[in-house]
Amino acid sequence: MNVINEIKFTMPSLSVNESVARSVVSSFLIQSDPTVEELSDIRTAVSEAVTNSVVHGYRHTKGKIELTMKLLENREIYIKIRDKGCGIADVEQAMEPLFTTAPEEERSGLGFSLMQTFMDKLTVKSTVGKGTTIIMRKRLENNGD
Amino acid sequence: MKVDIKSEGTSAVAILSGEIDHHNAKEIRSRLDRYIIANRPGELAIDFRNITFMDSSGIGLIMGRHKLINQCGGVLEVRNPCTYIRRVFKLSGIERLVKITCEK
Repeated sequence: MNVINEIKFTMPSLSVNESVARSVVSSFLIQSDPTVEELSDIRTAVSEAVTNSVVHGYRHTKGKIELTMKLLENREIYIKIRDKGCGIADVEQAMEPLFTTAPEEERSGLGFSLMQTFMDKLTVKSTVGKGTTIIMRKRLENNGD
Repeated sequence: MKVDIKSEGTSAVAILSGEIDHHNAKEIRSRLDRYIIANRPGELAIDFRNITFMDSSGIGLIMGRHKLINQCGGVLEVRNPCTYIRRVFKLSGIERLVKITCEK
């Protein structure tokens, strides 16, 4: 599918950048005139993915988180969030609702569930010791033009 | 992120303003826990009317406060989440444990 617009944004794994990532998402999506609900959904899904990289991927280290966003034909949004953190040993287990490796930090274990609910497609690829890549897609409704 | 806590007898209302995510959840947790432990309110309402964003970090935050206030003999209530945040609460199932109300 043709790419109408694309950005790549790299940030250090600081928790303050969870909010920065959301702002980048909002700024990029404005051109597509999303509904309030679509914007909330995508911002939340990105917030969850970036937070996972900060809290889990780079738990004992610091590193970079790469956010790629594409606006495709047919009003589809493609988002990739990639880190080179510790990786996930068992992706299936990690994606189970309420499963968390950080209960002492009051992590709810709902990050992947919210990503799956708010986006149309979610793919998680990870290698222990190398990092994790999350790809999400969502097709926006026609804006009545 | 702002946290304003007002006592009303044995109850209290905490009005949060801003966004709730992993980054600022720690500060909110710390402020609320200091209040709960020092004052042991019978009821603490957390008012979400000025919250413009919340991800699953907010769920963990609410659950942790619910647990703490129960241990201190009180109950937690969540008030006035906007439609989108109400949706996140519903997806998490937290409404089964914590009372959520909306003023009209």
